[in-house]
Amino acid sequence: MRRVVITGIGMVSPLANGCEPTWERLLAGQSGAGPIDLFDTKDVPCKIACQVPWNDGRGGGSAEDPYAFDPDTAASAKERRRIDEFILYALAASDEAVADSGWKPETDEDRERTGVLIGSGIGGLQSIYETSITLYEKGARKVSPFFIPSALINLASGQVSIRHGFKGPNHSVVTACATGAHAIGDSARLIQYGDADMMLAGGSEAVICEIGIAGFCSAKAMSTGFNDTPEKASRPYDKDRDGFVMGEGAAILMLEEYEHAKARGAKIYAEVAGYGLTGDAYHITAPAEGSEGGYRAMKMALGHSGLDVTDIDYVNTHGTSTPKGDEGEIGAVERLFGDHAKNLSLSSTKSAVGHLLGAAGAIEGAFCALAIRDQVMPPTLNLDNPSVETPIDLIPHKSKKGQVRAAMSNSFGFGGTNACLILKQVD
Amino acid sequence: MSDVFERVKKIVVENLDVEEDKVTESASFIDDLGADSLDLVELVMAFEEEFNIEIPDDVQENIRTVGDAVTHIKAHVS
Repeated sequence: MRRVVITGIGMVSPLANGCEPTWERLLAGQSGAGPIDLFDTKDVPCKIACQVPWNDGRGGGSAEDPYAFDPDTAASAKERRRIDEFILYALAASDEAVADSGWKPETDEDRERTGVLIGSGIGGLQSIYETSITLYEKGARKVSPFFIPSALINLASGQVSIRHGFKGPNHSVVTACATGAHAIGDSARLIQYGDADMMLAGGSEAVICEIGIAGFCSAKAMSTGFNDTPEKASRPYDKDRDGFVMGEGAAILMLEEYEHAKARGAKIYAEVAGYGLTGDAYHITAPAEGSEGGYRAMKMALGHSGLDVTDIDYVNTHGTSTPKGDEGEIGAVERLFGDHAKNLSLSSTKSAVGHLLGAAGAIEGAFCALAIRDQVMPPTLNLDNPSVETPIDLIPHKSKKGQVRAAMSNSFGFGGTNACLILKQVD
Repeated sequence: MSDVFERVKKIVVENLDVEEDKVTESASFIDDLGADSLDLVELVMAFEEEFNIEIPDDVQENIRTVGDAVTHIKAHVS
């Protein structure tokens, strides 16, 4: 079987624009949460989110912060009119991942062996919302020719491939909050099967808009009790948690066939060792009892990895900070890891960056790769009073140095879709 | 109506992100100003909005240069 490694990472996150500054701020225990400033929140019960900090002040950013997102560096004004923001973030994160990988295809074959697989949970929701208003107020003739290509989810992959000239498999994933993990796992499979040597894989999301927040609020999924203390709102496993905090941004990984990476002397973060995916067949929004589907996804990934549970040191959980989901997942992890659970460390980085929905699995996969690179594990913020008793170290408040030989990342989505990735050190 | 060209030029500069001095009467939207077929549709929609007119589809197809647009707009407005 061809082996797949990670040789580049790019991200636009609620903590910073860029992978390294995000990682630094994550390890330092910073939160990306704040009041929503993208629309008037008077009519929605959740008034907070983890927005990407922009250099124009949006999302708590500032021109003085060198790691605030500058849209001009991601796309020209003309390009930006043709794309929804989830595509803008995907373009920015892809630029960083490509540059970080050092991959500069020189021949047609190079380009044809490099593919793109970027997903999004929801896609161009704000574009759909705005165009609906235009249609209603001004009629069908005023619907922009760029509406459809700005809103379509696979246009993130399309735009990125056009910018970089990558002519390999061009694909996309839409599996709600498991999207990013599925994108990485499926991309690894494409490389293993020989359809590509390199895949730009990940997820992007930008739905902190009124219709997006209103929809999740109606589904009773969002935190509403921490509007005055946004940085306290995302608190996975804590007794006072009351729902998730929405995040936005993109995380893109360059996956590469191992020998290909070695031959060009690429820097390697980690190997994609295992991937599992299952369905709950249970409920449209609630996870199955005891995270049964999640358990099977973890077990499948473990089987493919050839590792034993004792080889895994860290789990980055789905852990959204919703009352129901968090405990089921812990139970499933305990069940899988058995006696090794007491040696295991686990955290939910959603406590810091919020829930990036379709980008969550990708950014959390990236955090696992960085944990392996730096032998340090990011914390679970706001975990003051755990609601569960577990032998697993939930890494409350502060990041933790320690051996990370292999790491597991879980992502579960509405519809009862589950994905699990296992990354490991390359020896 | 002497300002029709200037108003068209402003829209073209904004929509296509091009330098003002490139927007001459003879400039072709596609060949000289980097537009594609979708840009053209959007431009025509912007002209319709600006001048409060409706440019029929068969006329749209004949608008290839900035001058074509100005001519058609003048004809429709007057």
